[in-house]
Amino acid sequence: MSTAGGYRVRRFTPERGTWSRLTARDSVLRRLDWVMLLAALALSAIGTLLVYSATRNRTELNQGDPYYFLLRNILNTGIGLALALGAVWVGHRALRGAVPILYGISVLFVLAVLTPLGATINGARSWIQLGGGFSIQPSEFTKITIILGMAMLLAGKVDAGDRRQPDHRTVMEALGLAALPIVIILLMPDLGSVMVLVIIVLAALLASGASNRWIVGLVGTGVIGCVLVWQLGVLDEYQINRFAAFANPALDPAGVGYNTNQARIAIGSGGLTGSGLFHGSQTTGQFVPEQQTDFIFTVAGEELGFVGAGAIIFLLGVVLWRACRIARETTELYGTIVAAGIISWFAFQSFENIGMTLGIMPVTGLPLPFVSYGGSSMFAAWIAVGLLQSIKAQRPMSA
Amino acid sequence: MSNLPETGRTSRITIRLVVIQILVFSLLLTLGGRLWYLQIRNGDQYTAEAADNHIQQVVAPATRGSILDARGVPLADNETRLVVSASRTDLMKIKDRGKTVLARLAGVLGLKPEDVAAKVRLCDAKTPKPCWAGSPYQPIPITDEATTQQALQIRERQEDFPGITAEPTAVRRYAGPGGSNTAQVLGYLSPVSDEEIAKAKNGRSPLLRSDQVGRSGIERQYDTELRGKAGVTRYEVDNLGRVIGKAKSDKAVPGAAVVTSIDARVQAIAERELDQAMKDARKEIDRNTGVPYKADAGAVVVMESKTGRVVAMASNPTYDPNAWVGGISGKDYKELTGKDSNYPLLNRAIQGQAAPGSIFKVITTTAAVNAGYAFDDGYNCSSSYNIGGQVFKNFESQSHGSINLGRALEVSCDTVFYDLAYRQWQKDGGNKPKNPADWFYKTAHQFGLAKETGIDLPNEVRGRVPDREWKKKYWEANKDTWCKQGDKDDSYAGKIAKENCESGMRMRAGDSVNYSIGQGDTLVTPIQMATIYAAISNGGTLYNPTVGKAVISSDGKEIREIKPTSHGRLPFKGRTRDQIDAALAGVATRGTAAWRFQGWPQNEIPMHAKTGTAEVYGKQTTSWFATYTADYTIVMTISQGGTGSGASGPAVRKIYNGLYGVDDKGKIDEKKALLPHPQTGLPKIEKDGTIEAQPIASPPPSPSGSASDSPSASASDGSSAPPSDGPPSPEQSPSRKEDEDR
Repeated sequence: MSTAGGYRVRRFTPERGTWSRLTARDSVLRRLDWVMLLAALALSAIGTLLVYSATRNRTELNQGDPYYFLLRNILNTGIGLALALGAVWVGHRALRGAVPILYGISVLFVLAVLTPLGATINGARSWIQLGGGFSIQPSEFTKITIILGMAMLLAGKVDAGDRRQPDHRTVMEALGLAALPIVIILLMPDLGSVMVLVIIVLAALLASGASNRWIVGLVGTGVIGCVLVWQLGVLDEYQINRFAAFANPALDPAGVGYNTNQARIAIGSGGLTGSGLFHGSQTTGQFVPEQQTDFIFTVAGEELGFVGAGAIIFLLGVVLWRACRIARETTELYGTIVAAGIISWFAFQSFENIGMTLGIMPVTGLPLPFVSYGGSSMFAAWIAVGLLQSIKAQRPMSA
Repeated sequence: MSNLPETGRTSRITIRLVVIQILVFSLLLTLGGRLWYLQIRNGDQYTAEAADNHIQQVVAPATRGSILDARGVPLADNETRLVVSASRTDLMKIKDRGKTVLARLAGVLGLKPEDVAAKVRLCDAKTPKPCWAGSPYQPIPITDEATTQQALQIRERQEDFPGITAEPTAVRRYAGPGGSNTAQVLGYLSPVSDEEIAKAKNGRSPLLRSDQVGRSGIERQYDTELRGKAGVTRYEVDNLGRVIGKAKSDKAVPGAAVVTSIDARVQAIAERELDQAMKDARKEIDRNTGVPYKADAGAVVVMESKTGRVVAMASNPTYDPNAWVGGISGKDYKELTGKDSNYPLLNRAIQGQAAPGSIFKVITTTAAVNAGYAFDDGYNCSSSYNIGGQVFKNFESQSHGSINLGRALEVSCDTVFYDLAYRQWQKDGGNKPKNPADWFYKTAHQFGLAKETGIDLPNEVRGRVPDREWKKKYWEANKDTWCKQGDKDDSYAGKIAKENCESGMRMRAGDSVNYSIGQGDTLVTPIQMATIYAAISNGGTLYNPTVGKAVISSDGKEIREIKPTSHGRLPFKGRTRDQIDAALAGVATRGTAAWRFQGWPQNEIPMHAKTGTAEVYGKQTTSWFATYTADYTIVMTISQGGTGSGASGPAVRKIYNGLYGVDDKGKIDEKKALLPHPQTGLPKIEKDGTIEAQPIASPPPSPSGSASDSPSASASDGSSAPPSDGPPSPEQSPSRKEDEDR
């Protein structure tokens, strides 16, 4: 994506130098949403500390180097920032043209996961091993391509002034576009990502102004789908167990309920101000599995307490609040749909991730945006921030 | 791109965006609320859970303190045994959870693999015993009887035995120095129970799972001191139980030594002689029942007269206290507690109670003097005494004419005391009591009866003084049964029941008369009588008997002496004491005990004695023998053993012989004397915990004298011998079924 971006950057800046473009009165820098940017940066910074705390003595993971995860997380954040910058540079509108290609690539990657190239982690086949300790999780990028793809289709005729709202055919096309990768991801099975994608689809339809019948129909289909999935036994045993443990946390505390139970102990023991960074006994003792990724919030809960964990929720709120403003203020439907998709993605994923550590949501393998360790999710989140910034910066369409 | 104006945005989309925003923020609020609930509202609970999670304790039990005799000879100490233990944490890390290792270990130790496996499994509701009830982080002992060979095999091939250790470990030992056993006084240990841990949790000395707790005797009484404080190393562990750090740890404080006033040598003699006396008694034919005496139980107390310290205390039947070490086997436990065992765990010196018989007369005498009957007046010692048609006979129906109270004690004349008691009963209003003075009952209470002596041993029994109050309570508790039985039954028992039903609430003349000579419902323990006779010896102070003399810290630095304390004074003037003292000396020289103290160097070591033979309904008589010198008091009793001097006399004499180094002819050999004067000093405990103990000869110096030299036992039953510590005629005492002899 970054190569594509670079090529477009040159094409769009014919008359002015880079520097003057950045400092000019109407410059992109001045039009960025710095509040959101700083909040997201703060989240990443906190996340980096938490990742370090969770991994510095996990010798079986960090290969004897306590800084292994710290350095990689910083690198990931750096790459993420660069990708965000690229997204701003290229602009969401310019990406519109590239959506079919990006979509195609993302579907291919998702498909590749199901081939021998894919790797199974925690019961879900969601990764592609790249060698050298690197791996990518294509479903993370699918979130972006589905948002962009649906926005492109749903907004196409409206933004062109042909219609006031997307017609049924367009909606069906958009749904079809989303359904393909969703079904593939369901086969992995990566239930958490599927849940996020369904929410994104719903939000995109909502924001597109599509008729209420579609919304109701989609929600209904979702409910029926859930029942079918449960009834047909598509779920693996580990997934059913997670739900069972959610329903009854006291169930088998050494087995299925272990995660939830230990997570809750970690967070609960934090109290108001926590045990201090690097001083959490639950964290140091590695009682919570997957603590640097899906359960990163427990580190914050234990070591930073209500103050620190609350700050993370607050910062997520700041990002979402700014994103909502962008969604409302942008004039073209395409931008609105993209922003709404990203909002629903961030909001639902954060809620699910934090909720499962707090015991109010079942356990699924979803990272906390900006905070969890993990390249793919970090990149995707920052690209999304870039897109939001681009929507804001490029508001005056005539520019 | 079109030129659609900004107003082109439909209001539907704006509304929907607002809805999305509201949804988003309500989700975030939910998270915040839940976070508050977990961290602030329930934070304490989770903090505790987190602490449980990551702190594990490894307990190094403190070495239990020794129990020493008065000269520093260990009665109970610790010996080093090779204990093979398994660490569950290590075993669980092995692929098959240690199965093969345990099987291999069973092979080396010559045990059954399933037995070994059973020992290391953790106790829970579903697991039958044996199982490990302690902390899973505590090494679990497999055996404490490993041989050096076995230990070497395990230690040399440690790679074959991961998680198995063979370490020398301190184990309790009851050494039994010089042939003494002291079982009931020392008590025993057994592992702590969950309830005890819970109970002691907030106390001053919390118990640990690995602890053994004293269950009786000194081990229980001084449990806290002996136990010391276990060392606790607290480790911070991670989710796999791997140690990631050390938390606050407590160093072990070894238990203190308890120095007792027991002299192991005297104790050995006391035990041996008690046993011998009981064996001898079983060879005698009881003339009342026509069968040999059963002599089923007995006790002897040797006490320092001037302090109440116990020099020896034996109870028979007895047991080997080492049976408890390393966990008692089911078979042993049954033998010690089963019905056929006759309860060897009981310390009959403090837990056995019986009617005192004539040794009670010192109390009656004091009561009579206090009631206004002069000691030196003449009282008619007739051969029998008639109350309203009921005839109470003197023992052997002997008559001594008019004698003073001193002579009445010497010859143990029952009729003198009958008369005193009856007159006093009449004075108190007879069957219609009016503000009764109850001198005889009051005095018994003043002598400390029906009350614990306060000895520093657990579960002392109180005995009983059958005063009016008790009679009333007893009648109220039993009248229904008595009245029912009395209506139906025409037999002798039925008549008694009927009589009890009608008048059992009253103090009857017969009750008072019987009571005056220590028969009937009165119950005393040997330790109570020893306390009383010691008080007569020392001028009237009733000491709380003590076995413990001092508690000395393991490094010998801190010494807490246990000073004699008293619980009262005998209610008599110095003159009365002297008169009673003289009379009791007369008992030993010319009275009922004289034949047992033939040749005793009375001038050098004045001996005082009183014999007693107590009636027990449906059983043979209880033998009582209470004696004292200026320094020592010895009280002995044998249940179903015969007469006081007959059954207990020789044994008591031999204990005195040993104490003072007296031979049968009355010659004193001071070199042979074990303890001519009570031990005053304390054994010294060095800084390193070693004890300067006097050597103990084994076998102990034999006290001179044997049964064959003294007047033959059969003679005591014949009319030629003088004992007349007489029981009243059985048919006249309204006996009760619940009479007991211990």
